[in-house]
Amino acid sequence: MTYNVQIKVMPLKELLDPQGKAVMGGLKNLGIHSVEDVRVGKHVTLQIEAASETEAKQIADETAKKLLANAVMEFYEIEMIN
Amino acid sequence: MKFGVVVFPGSNCDRDMQDALQNDLNKEVIMLWHKDKDLSMFTTNDCIVLPGGFSFGDYLRCGAIARFSPMMQSVIEFANNGGKVLGVCNGFQILCESHLLPGVLLSNGQQKFACKNVFIKTDKSEPLKIPIAHGDGRFYADEKLLNQLEANNQILFRYCDEHGIVDEKNNPNGTVRNIAGIRNNNGNVFGMMPHPERATSSELNNIDGKKVFEILGLN
Repeated sequence: MTYNVQIKVMPLKELLDPQGKAVMGGLKNLGIHSVEDVRVGKHVTLQIEAASETEAKQIADETAKKLLANAVMEFYEIEMIN
Repeated sequence: MKFGVVVFPGSNCDRDMQDALQNDLNKEVIMLWHKDKDLSMFTTNDCIVLPGGFSFGDYLRCGAIARFSPMMQSVIEFANNGGKVLGVCNGFQILCESHLLPGVLLSNGQQKFACKNVFIKTDKSEPLKIPIAHGDGRFYADEKLLNQLEANNQILFRYCDEHGIVDEKNNPNGTVRNIAGIRNNNGNVFGMMPHPERATSSELNNIDGKKVFEILGLN
């Protein structure tokens, strides 16, 4: 069966996120002043062929751990869609 | 000592490195394509160089995809057998992603690509003028690892001013403790953001890069 999986990869909370900072500056220029913080990460979708949801989740976890995210600078969250 | 320079799709300092090693340091250089994996022409007295550039377009994270190139599997094995490996700029990022060096390189804190001459020094050397050119050069590791790197003398270079003063003013990218380059615990894998290969010819009016190769024992 094919499983659709979403992986959210975000910079660690304690690290400065220059992309978020730049977007924050853009928002100020736009006249939107109520946004207090912006952090930018990645949203990755995977289509995984697996025998079960547990197996699909395991594969997604391995993908995130080995390639999609670097634990020194990022954390990730996995969400099954179907 | 023979050198191998690995070329990834998106490398753009590979020919600079070849030229500096061949013509300015009089070394034998073999260019290596990332899809090959044969390093049998090298012994552990030789050095493999990962040059600067934007391997795989810096997609995902700088160096993250290059790490899985066939040649990198051989380079990791070569390093684990004691062979010398030098990564410059994107090469440094690839070494961190490959876990041959600890830590990671984050995007510059000031949100700008930094392209200029800076000064770097070891604990013992005079300040050396070396160019940098990077958007993701902010070395980061947690406090525990940083203390460990310092205790083991693994910090090769720190950014400083022309008089050798290491401070926040002379930190071009927000890197922790002004770190510009590190080595592994065994002392055979070196990574640095500045480009010594761009400063080895008197025609370029700067030969401080030669001293960097000397300090690393790659001369």
